[in-house]
Amino acid sequence: MSIQVKDASIFYGDFKAVEDVSMSIKPKSVTAFIGPSGCGKSTFLRTLNRMHEVIPGAYVEGKIQIAGQDIYGPNVDPVAVRRKVGMVFQRPNPFPTMSIYDNVLAGNKLNSKRIKKSEADSIVEKALRGANLWNEVKDRLGKPGMGLSGGQQQRLCIARAIAVQPEVLLMDEPCSALDPISTAAIEDLIHELKSDYTIVIVTHNMQQAARVSDDTGFFNLKAAGQPGHLVEFNPTKQMFTKPDNPDTEAYISGRFG
Amino acid sequence: MTVAADPGADPGVDPKSDLSGRGSVGDVVFRGLAVAAASLILVALAAVFIFLGIEGIPGFNVDAQHYAGQGSFLGLVVPLLFATMYAAVLALIIAVPFSVAIALFISHYAPRRVAVPVAYVIDLLAAVPSVVFGLWGAVALGPYLVPAHAWLAEHLGWLPFFDGQPSGNGRTLFTASIVLAVMILPIITSICREVFAQTPRLHEEAALALGATRWEMVRYAVFPYARSGMVSAVMLGLGRALGETMAIAMIASPKVVISLFIVGTQNPQTIAAHIAQGYKESTPDRLSVLIATGLVLFAFTFLVNAFARWIVARGRAK
Amino acid sequence: MSNIDLSNEETTLSHATLPRGAQWLVGVAAIALGGLALVLGMGIVGAVVIGVLAFLIGYPLWALLVENRRSATDKLITGLVWTAFGIAVIPLIWLVYMVVARGASVISPEFLTYSMRSVTGDEQGGLYHALMGTLIVTGIAALISIPIGIMTAIYLIEYGKGNRLAKAITFLVDVMTGIPSIVAGLFAFALFTLLVGPGTRFGFGGGVALSLLMIPTVVRSTEEMLKLVPDDLREAAYALGVPKWRTITRMVLPTAIGGIVTGVVLAISRVIGETAPLLVASGFNPNMNSNAFDDSPMMTVPVFIFTQLSEATAKGVSYAWGGALVLFVLVMVLNLIARIVGTIFAPKTGR
Repeated sequence: MSIQVKDASIFYGDFKAVEDVSMSIKPKSVTAFIGPSGCGKSTFLRTLNRMHEVIPGAYVEGKIQIAGQDIYGPNVDPVAVRRKVGMVFQRPNPFPTMSIYDNVLAGNKLNSKRIKKSEADSIVEKALRGANLWNEVKDRLGKPGMGLSGGQQQRLCIARAIAVQPEVLLMDEPCSALDPISTAAIEDLIHELKSDYTIVIVTHNMQQAARVSDDTGFFNLKAAGQPGHLVEFNPTKQMFTKPDNPDTEAYISGRFG
Repeated sequence: MTVAADPGADPGVDPKSDLSGRGSVGDVVFRGLAVAAASLILVALAAVFIFLGIEGIPGFNVDAQHYAGQGSFLGLVVPLLFATMYAAVLALIIAVPFSVAIALFISHYAPRRVAVPVAYVIDLLAAVPSVVFGLWGAVALGPYLVPAHAWLAEHLGWLPFFDGQPSGNGRTLFTASIVLAVMILPIITSICREVFAQTPRLHEEAALALGATRWEMVRYAVFPYARSGMVSAVMLGLGRALGETMAIAMIASPKVVISLFIVGTQNPQTIAAHIAQGYKESTPDRLSVLIATGLVLFAFTFLVNAFARWIVARGRAK
Repeated sequence: MSNIDLSNEETTLSHATLPRGAQWLVGVAAIALGGLALVLGMGIVGAVVIGVLAFLIGYPLWALLVENRRSATDKLITGLVWTAFGIAVIPLIWLVYMVVARGASVISPEFLTYSMRSVTGDEQGGLYHALMGTLIVTGIAALISIPIGIMTAIYLIEYGKGNRLAKAITFLVDVMTGIPSIVAGLFAFALFTLLVGPGTRFGFGGGVALSLLMIPTVVRSTEEMLKLVPDDLREAAYALGVPKWRTITRMVLPTAIGGIVTGVVLAISRVIGETAPLLVASGFNPNMNSNAFDDSPMMTVPVFIFTQLSEATAKGVSYAWGGALVLFVLVMVLNLIARIVGTIFAPKTGR
């Protein structure tokens, strides 16, 4: 599923957080958003599955299309959008009352969908294998998800997200709370997931963006208090070797931010 | 920089029907239930005022004989209100030093393995029903305190509180305010305990690092930080004491009177106790007088609680 | 004293200190002095008072002589804090002892299964009618308060964050918390006087009065518990394509259920012992009445205790103690349940 964004601006009440973003995200690729703190990259990511609506008073102007369909059109149910566009968060957040098995099936369980035991088993195994976690947890599926290590919890959250079979996976700094070894495991996983999902990842870590992504978007603020905007959107290779914009080069070479 | 939309990437999915809102019926219904419940609280409180008003307002002005021998509503409610305040303040005077000391004991003085059970014991005190306290005060504590009543009247008789013939059975406001103090002690203690425990560790360690003893640390680091919390704890205790009925109704033998004398057989009667003791009288006029005094009590406790909240809000704003 | 006084003597690190175990030494001396007072016939209370005073004065005094004024103040306060705790425990122990000792001698199968119908003089009566009444009235209060309280808390935390209705409701819940219990009773009485007829006292009225006291407690505790559920988890559920109401009912509530149940049980234990509102709203009745909607008074245990005490007879007082024991056991059982539930549902980490 490709994602088309045209002139999107994001507001919190009167405050304009992000201004005039346009981009085109290729299907089954990894797109990274980089930029200094507070530049609106996470905010923008959350508009791609309408998660920003959780905050009262937040709204979007402009057009965001997924697979040709405007996700802010009339009659569009944000719940249905989120089922197509999954999300992984900064901190691992498995449901504390559920076992590993139930966490993976949470999308179905919380929606009270009845599924056969055999079918449920196969969904769980497929999702956990997809998240490179199966071998580590297959003997303790009934144990609470909170008992896993941080990196395992994050992969459990990825398994939970892919178990509802989305087409797009949004990742909001998925490794920022993890140690280097767990981070490497998640990065490997992103490479593998790319063959099935369109992935958009926000990261603070430029090396990570360079390692995992095909395209990169650089967000920046003109000044403190001003809305964030998209400075440059290009293939990652080009971005890190000869960027179009001098600001991008300054950021990537570590001269600010 | 632009890639054309590629519908071919999603075979077998009709995008139009895919994202459209199925049923947010559940959301609408559930939200409606939540709003209804919240609004019901609005309605309930409005109802409290309306029904108490309808039944009580006539009580402000009925035939003079219904005012328990006081002739008019003011003649009745002023002594009652005085007594309500008086009993509550007496209870506070007894309870506050103990509450603060016990809260300190739990938060700063006792070793942890003592502090936890102590906190539990104090909570247990809060769980005892007021009628049981009343029974204990009337049957056990009161008679036990008879010698104390006599001693106070004899040796401290020059104070207006003890100037008169002491009670022979201990069923006095003196006993009642001790029981009332025991009843409000847990609430004051638990709030003080919380605010003491919230003192930033850094402040405390800074004081200790300056060579302060434990008491100096408490005095210069804990108390200043906890002041507004302590005041609101005391006000909440006062609010509780004002509305408490049974302890006083069961313990003190009453008279509608403004008097400071607390160890005799005729003790100033509080609003709540007056209502409880008059509930059997079924003439409509008498009942509306009682309801009217109830309205006064409600308004008064509301003011006290509002004042407590205001102090808390001011303390937070700082 | 506005500053911490660092006097000269403190500039050296070591100075005269009390010997180790000094407090025990003083303690033994104080107990000895108390014992002496007891021997001299001052009575147990006098002896304890003398012993405590001896410790409170002797220990700081010694510190004052050997160490310095600051250390003496510190020791005096420490002693006072411990003494305050000791004094506060006395009424609790005394009360529990009285309730158990006096109550146990009254409790019998007859006491628990008889009512007070036509009981005169020394005939055996009981509180069966009051016990049933308490269960019915409290049950009604719980049935009204729990759904309203929990749904209101859900509104405040999940839907109304910061909006005007939510602010108004929060304020009103605060006001409700401060309603004197007897006023709640008067309200129910006034309400049913207008709806049913003058002087109406019945079980349902008592239930309404108690629910007015119970709702704010339920709202408060549920609110606290819902606040403890991290927003991360709500977002995780939304991101899986779960509608808000299912997120609340299937994820948020189950996560918070332990605390909510604990809060509800504690709220019940608080209202089950309320007397004043029931005195006014459901009245008193020596007979069994199991119909809360029948226009006749319904007896409850707290009111039973109060009326038995007002009889001012030896039998009445002992029945009052019996009622107090029954009520005390009810409240303690509820508190115990609340604790157990709290432990069972404590978040599992699986480690």
